[in-house]
Amino acid sequence: MMRASKPWQGLKANFYGNNFLVLITVVLFIAIYVAGVFIYRDKNFGSLNSFFDMLNSNPGLIIIAAGMTMVLISGGIDISVGSQVAMYCMMFAYFMENRQANAYAMILIVLVTGVVFGLVQGALVAYLNIQPFIVTLAGMFFARGMTAMISPQTIDITNADFMALALRRIQVPFGGYVNAAGVYQTPFVYLSVVLALVGLLAVYAVMTWTRFGRNVYAVGGGEQSARLMGVDTKRTKLAVYTFNGFLTAFGGFLFCLFSTGGAVEKAQGFEMQAIASAVIGGALLTGGVGNVIGSFFGVLVQTTIVKFINFNGTLANGWSNIVLAVIMSFFIILQSVFAYVRRRRE
Amino acid sequence: MPDPLIRMRGITKRFPGVIALDGVDFTLQPGEVHALMGENGAGKSTLVKVLTGAEAFEEGKIFLGGSDTPIVNHSPQEAQTRGISTVYQEVNLCPNLSVAENLFVGRQPRRLAFVRWGEIRRRARSIMADIGVGIDVEKPLESYSIAVQQMVAIGRAIDMAAQVLILDEPTSSLNESEVRTLFELVRRLKGQGLGIVFITHFLEQVYEVCDRITVLRNGRLAGEYAIETLPRKDLVAAMLGRAFDDLAEIRVAGAAPTATTVPTVSARGLGVHGGVKPFDLNIYPGEVYGLAGLLGSGRTEVARAVYGADSHDTGTLAVKGKPIACSPRDSLKAGLAFCPESRKDEGCVAELTVRENIVLAEQTKRGAFRLIPRDEQEAIAGKYADLLQIKTASLETPIKQLSGGNQQKVILARWLATQPDFLILDEPTRGIDIGTKTEIQKLCVQLAAAGMSVLFISSEIDEMLRTCGRIGVMRDLAKVGELSGDELSSSAVMAQIAGGRHDEA
Ligand SMILES: Nc1ncnc2c1ncn2[C@@H]1O[C@H](COP(=O)(O)OP(=O)(O)OP(=O)(O)O)[C@@H](O)[C@H]1O
Ligand SMILES: [Mg+2]
Repeated sequence: MMRASKPWQGLKANFYGNNFLVLITVVLFIAIYVAGVFIYRDKNFGSLNSFFDMLNSNPGLIIIAAGMTMVLISGGIDISVGSQVAMYCMMFAYFMENRQANAYAMILIVLVTGVVFGLVQGALVAYLNIQPFIVTLAGMFFARGMTAMISPQTIDITNADFMALALRRIQVPFGGYVNAAGVYQTPFVYLSVVLALVGLLAVYAVMTWTRFGRNVYAVGGGEQSARLMGVDTKRTKLAVYTFNGFLTAFGGFLFCLFSTGGAVEKAQGFEMQAIASAVIGGALLTGGVGNVIGSFFGVLVQTTIVKFINFNGTLANGWSNIVLAVIMSFFIILQSVFAYVRRRRE
Repeated sequence: MPDPLIRMRGITKRFPGVIALDGVDFTLQPGEVHALMGENGAGKSTLVKVLTGAEAFEEGKIFLGGSDTPIVNHSPQEAQTRGISTVYQEVNLCPNLSVAENLFVGRQPRRLAFVRWGEIRRRARSIMADIGVGIDVEKPLESYSIAVQQMVAIGRAIDMAAQVLILDEPTSSLNESEVRTLFELVRRLKGQGLGIVFITHFLEQVYEVCDRITVLRNGRLAGEYAIETLPRKDLVAAMLGRAFDDLAEIRVAGAAPTATTVPTVSARGLGVHGGVKPFDLNIYPGEVYGLAGLLGSGRTEVARAVYGADSHDTGTLAVKGKPIACSPRDSLKAGLAFCPESRKDEGCVAELTVRENIVLAEQTKRGAFRLIPRDEQEAIAGKYADLLQIKTASLETPIKQLSGGNQQKVILARWLATQPDFLILDEPTRGIDIGTKTEIQKLCVQLAAAGMSVLFISSEIDEMLRTCGRIGVMRDLAKVGELSGDELSSSAVMAQIAGGRHDEA
């Protein structure tokens, strides 16, 4: 049906120019990972189980980094996502545990809340022309405040339906290893990871093959130009923040499946991890450039570094942040060199 | 007579401190090419933007076709759905997207909500082939020159035009053959019954393709004329509001350089690998030296090499007899100034005011720690704003609020303000109205008479013959000749530019 338009050719168009940065991220990830496999060869770093662990502990970040990438491409930013995640976790925990709410109803409620949250932020950015940083800064305080309003306590989730979802494993029949006790360890991913990857591909598809997605790139590349070309820039920006609100709620749900509890201090600095993933994945903070698949590799690079440090056992945790800082700087320098070379070429 | 496509009546548009349009009427008939003329800041672009919904307006009515119900376009998108397609004066494409995508932003062909990339590429290739530009449409727009980007914008507009095509100074960065292609396309669309609005400062182009002319002066309608009834002289008079001979002789015979005169700038065998081939160039105090040649013949490359913007690989460069290191900073210090061609992209700092933009280069020259006192800044800015007749609400207006031509004047003022010994002007009169154009030519001659040396690059041979004492000719990245004194004539320069294989100088 799509034969004539050869959808995969969109991939090719996407890999011109700036997506070269994505390629570098992929190479970087593979390099770090292979180095880990080699250095920790006696510790199962390279097993499929250990690779899946990286995914299993980050389903929320995968989705939220993808959403952040979209916002950055549009030329904006959303720093409220961390607080929003905390709020959604608390909503799940409080209403299911203290108010006996139905788990599936709560999923729906959280998603709707996310859409509304994004819609309000988007309206302020698009129609009142307030700086996205300021709007989402307010959103960040608001969501964190709401979390505490719902409950200042730490609440663990025990709801049966929810826990069934959280613990649902999808096993892979190969690639496992036999542990020290002589038991075969079957590699598995949680349901949340599958949901995250499906969501990631969906966002990629939206960004690559829908008019909305292409308008986001156009707005980020030059808002005035996009407007003169007939793009409704205000509506596009509204849609970006609204969609990101939905993705944040969805990511918050996945995050909650992993952490199974609510607390005021949950997901601190999560927005920064999302931004870091997007930047490592090749998104420019100036807008117009980025790729959601890149942000996934950004997440992988970050988690691999943490894993590296953990596997060593003797290194302080601070090291992972320092290494991350170095890699971020490397990428930002790379981007400016790249931009410079291109300007020279003209 | 068929109903007009567009009738605009009594359009008024105010900006803070300026009345951009004051009760303007404009009528566009089907099957005509209608020139919209006027000085920089007369309100041409504003009239277009009001029509297409890029700007709101306060008073007046717009009618489409024979209808008596006024319409308002609230956004360019709405204008597009009414069949009005526009190339705006400022670049209006997205540099980060591919050429193909730029052609289809906002109107991508889809199947079941999915963008059909294959279709986009196929149609993009055929659009570009149609306008005679054979490029890889999958590369990002920013990897192409301004001229190509301009052609892409034109291609997009032509492909979309259903009833009305508006071109706001589309030819300012195009070379001759590109202009010819454009005119062929315009004639074809005209034959199909479209109405075309054409804005330019090149009078010859107006007489080549247009049928009617509407002239604006200071935001007011100065008149609407059939082209046959308005000879060039009257058109200029209508634009300026006074009789004016823009073709009068202004050149003054400068003192011929003697053997003992030290050239202001002297290049020996200067060349850049892969760029301009080695050339010799001596420019003496008190002369305006012209560089002629087609676009891309190496004129700008010569200027860049002399200024040190590109480092040279062969040859030597001396300023007033002293060898000079090759960097823009040293050149600036040594009294060189280079006003580049693509002023719109390289020059403007959009957020800064007119005053700040004018003193920018002078401030750099003096060093960041020796801030020019405010009153001196105002004096400098005021002087050049008057000299170049920059039309602005005040010196404290952000430059982005000026009309396109006035922005260019500000950048020109910036380099004049450094009071250089050697001034390079690359296409200084492009996009500048006929009155000021003459002022700039006169200014060059005056500056030279006061002892400065000027390197003047232009595509208009007439303009160079009027201003330059000597003209070097470029072809295929090499300097192929030099004309002076009695040799200077339009035909001689043309002949060298075209370059008969045998009579190379
Ligand atoms: N956004 C704006 N804010 C304030 N003033 C503006 C703005 N845009 C245009 N103007 C003013 O409106 C007047 C008309 O400008 P316009 O751009 O229509 O001129 P133009 O005829 O197109 O000139 P040019 O030949 O230089 O392009 C100018 O005085 C300009 O300074
Ligand atoms: Mg204009």
